[in-house]
Amino acid sequence: MMASETSSASAGAIKTGDFANVGRAAWWQRGFFASQTAYVAAALLAIVIVMALMSPAFLSAGNVANVAKNFSFIGIVTLGMTLVIVTGGIDLSVGSVMALSAIACAMAMQALAGTGLASVPFATMTLAIAAGLGVAVLVGLTNGLLVARVGLSPFVTTLGMLSIARGLAYAVTEGRGQTPAGPDIDAFYAFTDGTILGVPMAVVYLLGLAAMLGVVLHHTAFGRHVFALGGNEKAAALTGISVERVKVSVYVLCSLSAGFAGILMTGWLGSAPANLATGYELTIIAAAVIGGANLAGGMGGPAGAVIGALLIEVIRNGLVLAGINAYWQIVLVGMIIILAVLVDRLRSGRAA
Amino acid sequence: MALLELRGVGKEFGAIRALGDVDLAIEPGEAVGLMGDNGAGKSTLVKIIAGNFAPTSGSIAFDGQPVHFTRPVDARDVGIEVVYQDLALADNLTAAANVFLGRELRRRVGPFSFLDHGAMNRRAGELFAELKSETRANDVVRAMSGGQRQAVAIARTRLSDAKLVLMDEPTAAISVRQVAEVLDLIRRLKDHGVAVILISHRMPDVFSVCDRVVVLRRGRKVADKAIAQSSPEEVTALITGAKEAA
Repeated sequence: MMASETSSASAGAIKTGDFANVGRAAWWQRGFFASQTAYVAAALLAIVIVMALMSPAFLSAGNVANVAKNFSFIGIVTLGMTLVIVTGGIDLSVGSVMALSAIACAMAMQALAGTGLASVPFATMTLAIAAGLGVAVLVGLTNGLLVARVGLSPFVTTLGMLSIARGLAYAVTEGRGQTPAGPDIDAFYAFTDGTILGVPMAVVYLLGLAAMLGVVLHHTAFGRHVFALGGNEKAAALTGISVERVKVSVYVLCSLSAGFAGILMTGWLGSAPANLATGYELTIIAAAVIGGANLAGGMGGPAGAVIGALLIEVIRNGLVLAGINAYWQIVLVGMIIILAVLVDRLRSGRAA
Repeated sequence: MALLELRGVGKEFGAIRALGDVDLAIEPGEAVGLMGDNGAGKSTLVKIIAGNFAPTSGSIAFDGQPVHFTRPVDARDVGIEVVYQDLALADNLTAAANVFLGRELRRRVGPFSFLDHGAMNRRAGELFAELKSETRANDVVRAMSGGQRQAVAIARTRLSDAKLVLMDEPTAAISVRQVAEVLDLIRRLKDHGVAVILISHRMPDVFSVCDRVVVLRRGRKVADKAIAQSSPEEVTALITGAKEAA
């Protein structure tokens, strides 16, 4: 692999004569504009325009709010998933973690409602959310340690965890949905399902977390090490980066994002069923990949995660408005995944 | 005083003797070509100096102090850096990011610390200028030529102010034009008083930049002489065993 890379690079050098022009491309062929994220953003814009023209209901306030809320749950987890994918890993357990955290949160709130803490304002809600997120951290820590320290494959480890967490969700609830209850229930709904200036809370959290992830990835040493791991893990280790710590961190953060989204969904649904978010892991991975995260590692970002998640939801919503059978949505999402990666491949093939 | 001094260094892997009784002294700013056929013990010797594993016999002194490396970090701490054959660069990051990987410059803002992109790009740019390389700090390594990648790897050693740089086959698998570029980089390192051990199969490279050539055969040092007093023909004979020792 090394030999072919260097030989293609040297061929370039001979052709161009000097190195001064390497990487000197027009502005629209560089940086963000040359990324898969930009192509997908353009596609998204085109789809939105077409749908708005075809269906007047598409841009109605109600439908926009609906789309925004629906895609935010997926989008929040896609942010965490992107982090894992950038290091070259994968986390298949997120859907199950969403359910397990949601259930832990709802059950903790019920249990705490009967204790002395019920009289302290917001105490039961805060502790219940902490319990839900705590469960997510435990799952992420287990994933991370098995992958980073024991050296198991991320795919297999998190596939096992998908089953374990989902099984636990059914076992502890005996298959019955858990309803959040207690003195703070109104505050809980406001926190998870309320609005700020008309914007659903889930959207607020998504945008806030996306901005945070952008800063972390591009302006902190941790973020740089996340990219370095995906680019060349051996090199990262040789420079003294604590590969194990970075890896464990990304799995914990991914799990946390899933747990948080699960808790938000509980507020939206008014209950935490054991089958919550079943199969979401694939939609989430699809959203990350459509947005430009490369499963080989080293590439991806929050803008892509948000755009990818939004694109899937817009298409799903558009097909519903157009009255197309729901089964075809699944086919179309699959085609878009392949198309997004294909376009990127054709483009980079031409560039090289 | 020698910068690096090996006395009677040997290494055994079980019953196999990979390296026996090697003496080697390297002065600051000196470039030594380390040659030998596959399995002659070159990489074992280099790994001992780089701290990948400890020798089974003999002693090592660096800067006049006895040293006992057990991990690569030990060697790096005293000022020995390795430029690996595959260069150990992250393709998806910029030249500056690679130079500073693992030792990023940061700026504190309240309780947080953020990367100081400006300072890192500037410093990396200075290092490339110092090495007279046309590598641009802000370019992504993926788009770079083999020579530019070498410059990035070598700039890393300059950043840490290494006193001894071990280079493992830096000119394998790159074009003729880039070989010249890499050899220039080695001369720049010497200009800055950095000692270089160049492991290479390429006779012309060793004869154009090195002051001395050391030949290993079957784990033993069979020659250690000034380049001016040797010839490619003699070294070839020493490597193959046509000539016993010199």
